[in-house]
Amino acid sequence: MALNSEQIRQQFPAFEHDDTLVYLDSAATAQVPVPAMEAMNAYYTSYKANVHRGVHAKVDEATNAYERARTTVQQFMNAKKASEILFTKNCTEAINLVAQSWAKHTLQKGDVVLLSIFEHHSNIVPWQQLQNEIGIEIRWWKQLDEEPKLDDVKLVAITGQSNVTGERPDIQTLCRKAQAAGAKVLIDAAQLIAHHAVDVQEIDCDWLAFSGHKLYGPTGIGVLYAKEEVQQQMQPYQGGGGMIVEVHEQDFVPTDGPAKFEAGTPPIAEVIGLSAAIEWLNQFDWNDIEAYEKELSAYAYKKLSTIDQLSIINYQLSIEQGSPTTTQSFVIEGIHPHDLTDILGQKNIHLRAGHHCAQPLHEHLGIPATTRLSLALYNTKEDVDKLCAAIAEAKEILQINR
Amino acid sequence: MDLYAENILDHYRNPHGKTDISHTEYRITFTESNPTCGDEITIGLNIENGKITKCGWEGSGCAISQAAMSMLYDVVLGATKDDILKLTKDDVLELLGVPVSNRRMNCALLGLKAVQKAVSGM
Repeated sequence: MALNSEQIRQQFPAFEHDDTLVYLDSAATAQVPVPAMEAMNAYYTSYKANVHRGVHAKVDEATNAYERARTTVQQFMNAKKASEILFTKNCTEAINLVAQSWAKHTLQKGDVVLLSIFEHHSNIVPWQQLQNEIGIEIRWWKQLDEEPKLDDVKLVAITGQSNVTGERPDIQTLCRKAQAAGAKVLIDAAQLIAHHAVDVQEIDCDWLAFSGHKLYGPTGIGVLYAKEEVQQQMQPYQGGGGMIVEVHEQDFVPTDGPAKFEAGTPPIAEVIGLSAAIEWLNQFDWNDIEAYEKELSAYAYKKLSTIDQLSIINYQLSIEQGSPTTTQSFVIEGIHPHDLTDILGQKNIHLRAGHHCAQPLHEHLGIPATTRLSLALYNTKEDVDKLCAAIAEAKEILQINR
Repeated sequence: MDLYAENILDHYRNPHGKTDISHTEYRITFTESNPTCGDEITIGLNIENGKITKCGWEGSGCAISQAAMSMLYDVVLGATKDDILKLTKDDVLELLGVPVSNRRMNCALLGLKAVQKAVSGM
């Protein structure tokens, strides 16, 4: 069934608050629908209590909601077990968790971690830190249309969708080949998660990380899927309440399961909010979501392409090539992205400018900065039309007559 | 007032002191860049008896960084080294004469950094 963007839009208070808002920056953070806000409000209003601590009734209610959320996330990404879902504060922390609690004590000097040139800084810097700390080797996969050398790779850490060009590497095939070569695989699904059905059993990755706030949920909540077998090889990297069975003057015994990686009071309201956001998204069929976004993305690509001196940045992956996604970055000859984006912002049209935390990709492409459009379910063709009209006006203001 | 006021755009379109810098033309050259947006300014200076006797610059970047440098050029030429080192963020903002948000402050101050580092021989 085709999605009704008008009805979807009405479920987001941001557009009721400001009905002229053209929000085209969902790759940075998505707006939040009413049910996710209400779920958090309900927790704060009627059953705020800590989880897994104490015996009063509200503790049970909060704990049940918290653990139900884990099951919601499990089902959403088709993990085998709810215990494979670890809550973190964001995608960045989820990736750092893999680096610190698995890689740091499993990898050795000279072991190779393979990164693609698409990676966001959050999937680069944790590995550079390990390079400094224990001497792992980072290898960049830059020729994405060629198969990477995998025989000596211990870990592949790769994004499911570029946050700059929107292109999607074939993670499933890469995963199969990497594992055949004996490597573990971590997928950064920060961008993919809201736009494509993610089935961790089908991908068969070892870890998959994402942030709640890009999935129509609140900030402050991230998820790390950690397959049971690899989770057993992970050491807790933060100590504190909730992650122990017992603590004595000189030692402690860590607990098992997700709690081992969730030291301290977790972001309870945010977990509940994320769960409600996922349930909200679950009302739609993935085929409908992808069909709607594909049509809208193709429309944006076509409209932007007609603007003189505007170039859309593509790495041109052979995989899914020619099929624009919700994220598209572009440059206009003679106009700096900061100027363009600032002027668009003055017209209440919000995009992002800069290197989008993907400096190695920009260096590789030889472009210091771009302007990025990113679409979500509440966007319409009218938003794209308003953007294109505003770009024409900005060009009038800024163009240098050379 | 609009960040992209006519005054700013005038300087952006017709920048003062912007020229092709060749290393032989100036005794001092210095390049300052802002890696997050790729803005870059190279300044060339001659200083005689503590005074700037010759100045030129080239660069690429957003309208704010380029206009601010153009306005600074008018101040720098003929000024003393001490005058230049005394210039502050507020002086640049006064030259621009438009409200500059925090997110654009690095753009506005790129030229000042370049000039001050050039005269202090960094």
